[in-house]
Amino acid sequence: MIEVRNISKSFGDHLVLDDISISFEKGKTNLIIGKSGSGKTVLLQSIVGLHEIDTGEILFDERDFTRMNFKQKKQVRKEFGMLFQGAALFDSFTVEENVRYPLDMFTDMTFDEKMERTNFCLQRVDMMNANKLFPAELSGGMRKRVGIARAITLNPRYLFCDEPNSGLDPQTAIRIDKLIREITGEFNITTIVNTHDMNSVMEIGDKVMFIYEGIKCWEGTKDDILNADNQYLNDFVFATNLAKTVKLIQNKKPETRS
Amino acid sequence: MRLFYHLGRYYLLISKVFAWPERSSMYYRQTMRELEYLGINSIGIVVIISLFVGAVLTIQMDYNIESPMLPRYLIGVGVRDSLLLEFSSTMVALILAGKVGSSIASELGTMRITEQIDALEIMGVNSASFLILPKIISTMFFFPLLTVLSLIVGMSGGYLVAVITDVSTPQEFVYGLQYVFYPYYFTYALKKMIVFAFIITTISAYHGYYAEGSSLEVGKSSTRAVVHSSVVLLMFNLILTKLILR
Ligand SMILES: Nc1ncnc2c1ncn2[C@@H]1O[C@H](COP(=O)(O)OP(=O)(O)O)[C@@H](O)[C@H]1O
Ligand SMILES: [Mg+2]
Repeated sequence: MIEVRNISKSFGDHLVLDDISISFEKGKTNLIIGKSGSGKTVLLQSIVGLHEIDTGEILFDERDFTRMNFKQKKQVRKEFGMLFQGAALFDSFTVEENVRYPLDMFTDMTFDEKMERTNFCLQRVDMMNANKLFPAELSGGMRKRVGIARAITLNPRYLFCDEPNSGLDPQTAIRIDKLIREITGEFNITTIVNTHDMNSVMEIGDKVMFIYEGIKCWEGTKDDILNADNQYLNDFVFATNLAKTVKLIQNKKPETRS
Repeated sequence: MRLFYHLGRYYLLISKVFAWPERSSMYYRQTMRELEYLGINSIGIVVIISLFVGAVLTIQMDYNIESPMLPRYLIGVGVRDSLLLEFSSTMVALILAGKVGSSIASELGTMRITEQIDALEIMGVNSASFLILPKIISTMFFFPLLTVLSLIVGMSGGYLVAVITDVSTPQEFVYGLQYVFYPYYFTYALKKMIVFAFIITTISAYHGYYAEGSSLEVGKSSTRAVVHSSVVLLMFNLILTKLILR
């Protein structure tokens, strides 16, 4: 479980995160949603420590990350896996070297053990026959899958995904979402996913937090979200005609509502 | 004030780079990659340029030593000393600042804006050290070799001209190359090159590592890398010449 308590962050005099508190649960996919520019990336990067926060605390299973020294932080970071918006695979390494990299860097495994683990992770994301390819030779969806494989090589306790399906077609996007959710359950990971995609919310939103201009406006599950009475959230959720129509139909037949 | 900001941040980056490597085997592998990428791949341009400059120097020396009072072997002496004192270290370093400096800055800049550096940091890797230290080691090792290569090729270029044209006989030219040779000119050239390698690599790495924004910015930071490392290099050329050559 990851607990965020009263964190604020500003760049110069631009307040980007305003006193946010939330807890993210283990074995679930926790979503941070909001329109672009609302502060999702900054929140995620603050949680993992890529940004210094101005005030507040972040606890990883009761361990206060904000009060740790450099060495302790480094130890906790070894329990992190992160999938970046553009996958952030290392260009000069092959797929296999990318996924093996954390093992090379942090374990004393033999080469065969490392390859076994690497291939297991690649297989888990359905990327078996691409070992020797370079990232530039992969499609967006494949890159994301390799990114996930690299993120899980060291058996992380925490998985962070920044817009895992941006730039992907809807089918591939859902496939990536489902993969993230399955892995979260299988390995009992605390997963946080940033997204502005309502499809993801309805697909994998075990727990959802809505952020608007740096302020947490709402939290709940995907089942509550359609009936929430927060104006900003409704504007976000029902931005498309499709969603508006669904809501209209739903309201006409109250007996089908669960 | 901006200057002090950059100097401070440069200093912090360098101290991060020289932290003790956590996995020497990974650093070794990375250094081998960089040796090929930054070193071996620069051989071609050094050879071509040195060959032509050696040839041109010979012709110009001939032009300057028109007086029949002066012995013709002075052409060989002049070519040798020009190469040793200035061309094969400083000029070659300027060329390498253009080639290697821009490639370092754009590689690191791209890694920065595509979040590859963040990815390393998240894993708990010292990204500055892992990415930059192997580059520093390989250029500081390989650039002096390029100086030696440039000397050899430059003198050969001069010799070729001596053979083809009649500026001097090949025998006279070779005699000149060997005439009153001070070995410390040679060590001076190598020492300078080692310093230049450090300057080019760290300044370019600095610009790339702290690139931000779009791919357009990566291009700009790589231009800045070349300009700044060239200027600093020339400043140090003056200082080192004053210090070493007396
Ligand atoms: N490094 C930075 N420096 C200054 N401002 C930033 C920085 N990163 C993000 N911001 C600002 O913070 C706000 C939130 O950005 P971000 O978290 O990227 O939004 P999103 O929800 O789309 O991920 C934006 O207004 C952005 O301009
Ligand atoms: Mg974002």
